[in-house]
Amino acid sequence: MSVAKLRIYRGDSDGGQEVEYEVPVEEGTVVLDAIHFVQANYDGDLAVRWNCKAGKCGSCSAEINGMPKLTCKTRLDTLPLDKPITVHPLKTFPIIKDLVTDVSWNYEVRKKIPPFKYPEDTDWKMQQVDVERSQEFRKCIECYLCQDVCHVLRNHNKKNEFFGPRMMIKIAELEMHPLDIEDRKEMLREAAGIGYCNITKCCTDVCPESIHITDNAIIPLKERVADTYFDPLQWIIAKVKGS
Amino acid sequence: MERFETHTHDVIVIGAGGAGLRAAIEASAQGASVGLVCKSLLGKAHTVMAEGGVAASLGNVDSKDNWKTHFHDTMHGGKMLNNWRMAQLHAQEAPERVRELEHWGALFDRTKEGDINQRAFGGHTWKRLAHVGDRTGLEMIRTLQDRGIHTGVDVYMECTITHILKDGDRISGAFGYWRESGRFVLFNAKSIILATGGIGKSYKVTSNSWEYTGDGHALAYEAGADLIDMEFVQFHPTGMVWPPSVKGILVTEAVRGEGGILTNRNGERFMEKYDPERMELSTRDVVARSIYTEVQEGRGSPHGGAFLDISHRGAEYVKKKLPSMYHQFMEFAEIDITKEPMEVYPTTHYIMGGVRVDAETAQTTVRGLFACGEVAGGMHGANRLGGNSLSDLLVFGKRSGTGAADYASKIKDNELKINDIDIEGAVKEMLTPYENAEGENPYTIHQALQEAMGDFVGVFRTKDKLHEGIEEINILKERASQLKIEGSRMFNPGWHLCKDLKSMLIVSEAIARCAHQREESRGAHSRVDFPQYNDEKWGTVNSVISKDNGDMKLSTSPLHQMPEELKRIVEGGYE
Repeated sequence: MSVAKLRIYRGDSDGGQEVEYEVPVEEGTVVLDAIHFVQANYDGDLAVRWNCKAGKCGSCSAEINGMPKLTCKTRLDTLPLDKPITVHPLKTFPIIKDLVTDVSWNYEVRKKIPPFKYPEDTDWKMQQVDVERSQEFRKCIECYLCQDVCHVLRNHNKKNEFFGPRMMIKIAELEMHPLDIEDRKEMLREAAGIGYCNITKCCTDVCPESIHITDNAIIPLKERVADTYFDPLQWIIAKVKGS
Repeated sequence: MERFETHTHDVIVIGAGGAGLRAAIEASAQGASVGLVCKSLLGKAHTVMAEGGVAASLGNVDSKDNWKTHFHDTMHGGKMLNNWRMAQLHAQEAPERVRELEHWGALFDRTKEGDINQRAFGGHTWKRLAHVGDRTGLEMIRTLQDRGIHTGVDVYMECTITHILKDGDRISGAFGYWRESGRFVLFNAKSIILATGGIGKSYKVTSNSWEYTGDGHALAYEAGADLIDMEFVQFHPTGMVWPPSVKGILVTEAVRGEGGILTNRNGERFMEKYDPERMELSTRDVVARSIYTEVQEGRGSPHGGAFLDISHRGAEYVKKKLPSMYHQFMEFAEIDITKEPMEVYPTTHYIMGGVRVDAETAQTTVRGLFACGEVAGGMHGANRLGGNSLSDLLVFGKRSGTGAADYASKIKDNELKINDIDIEGAVKEMLTPYENAEGENPYTIHQALQEAMGDFVGVFRTKDKLHEGIEEINILKERASQLKIEGSRMFNPGWHLCKDLKSMLIVSEAIARCAHQREESRGAHSRVDFPQYNDEKWGTVNSVISKDNGDMKLSTSPLHQMPEELKRIVEGGYE
């Protein structure tokens, strides 16, 4: 059995540093296995979030060799093992301890998005082809890798002005629900700050569920906002109606 | 003693999976102030992993389906040990609970007519499982999560309840700690709903997440409630086998529901031998034993499992109906299931046994303590049908929410007392692993327990092995009384494991001792030394575990008599 060297970030809000550990590698070993090995054999207090270890819950996000990934889905044999593998917490969120960060901001933002609202007289008939648009976004496991990599949040820390890609697909999912009648366009333009996204598609690249965040959610939402607020004809109609 | 924060609610729900969320939504709708406390972040609970679907006799695909057939199937699946009233309420109310989810925004797959689509599953007479591909649980938890956060439920995330507190014989609160800071927290409550899920982490090979350590079972036991039928642990027939890293991860029953075929190394479709009528869609207990037997008798696949093949359905169909399975095998095992078979083997998945509850209100045998979802016992008898768990948590989540809110409404504010001595005891117990100068590593004990449960209390059981298992658990209990951990109290998984170990040792002992007592084979409980049903002696009783003067007491209690009209349904009168 071969071994790999892991350099795991250990620390809290007061600072910290990488600590090197040696872990065994067998066929299929993933980074989360290696972290569990460290907990059981070296440092029982190494903090990491995880739940399902099957790529379904989105708890174990971290930055592996600088790339935002799920530790449960990252096989060691896909990484160069001739040098240490670095494992760091998500950079966009404040560190709590080791690999655990404070992601509570996401929950606060999520709460601001108006929920599904249906018309009184619906018979609840929907066609598969129509529900599939929203279903794509409902695959989201809320790992926040897209939030982590989004430069508006990561580099410019615009958390007060931009909800981030995860919340864009949350809004898209509701807006594209075949029966939804709520209007979230004002929110998209103002509070959610959809204009901040300049379509670099970094979020789509890191999505473990392969959701087309930019193409299928953000761009259509931008178009809806533009149609409503920046279409001269719509603008005149709104003026005449006095709204 | 250090200071700690206090929160006060009418109802505290412990656990935020499907059952806990549904319970919290309901209790809140009834006008109660509700606190929802969960070990992980909201939306990460085990429901998120449920794949195949939620069972409800909507009759959208097979119009002949109705609650009576669902009830009939559930009772037969449970080998008649079920609490018949729970099974009846479940079958009657599941369709409404599923439609309600749709009103809250869930988007199930559709039929051509535009209704909720339903698929076949083991032991169900008709196509009955409403589903979203193979990620139904994720759809349900997101829907309930959205509903919960917009209906006034206060959520306490990454907060672990360690002790339930009573005033006399009534519930008065819960004590626990914040994982982030390690600081203690007290919840004053008039009623408590346990919705903590299952126990799989007592076993090495399991489909369950780290949270499944039997917390609710142990909290209920410590609070004086009865546990029933703890010997009935469901080994799901199809867990992944290879590579070692993913051993035990679930392969959804929907693979077989969509036409998957099981074969051994000789290419024989072995279910023909074990259940020629239902084949791969036999009940889970039967399929799990069949795979186990094939491997034991030398006909296993290269990594010691059975082959499960769905490739004949075509790549497009498989990717559409089973997308998670396609990706799971591609990414973890480098196997393309649209072209080659999977290798599968039984994995610890679910416990049918649990806290004894009243069917109507979900109240346990302790006043003010309620339980719903997997932690509650009775609904599934000796074996659960696939899809009946997601419907169970909706039906009894709602019922427990009503029950707990109603109970709380009859108690005045400040009527209940918290006993200081109980809190001091809880704090002392929690801090011991930091104070011990020497002691065992909790991870070492956990691994030893998992080995013991797999070796002695697994799929096939014997008196001697179970006896050995009980002895081993006793030794581990002794070793676990002297644990030592490193580091601070901030987000310390080792510390958390010390508490989890206490729960796991209680449930493991309960499982082993109930299994030792029941000298017959029924449903998921297979005794090699008693391979037949013994209806006369064991078909009429539940196993019961309770705490008696500090010791675990084992006994039985008679099943309730089933009314004649339900008996007729069970005997086939459901058309």
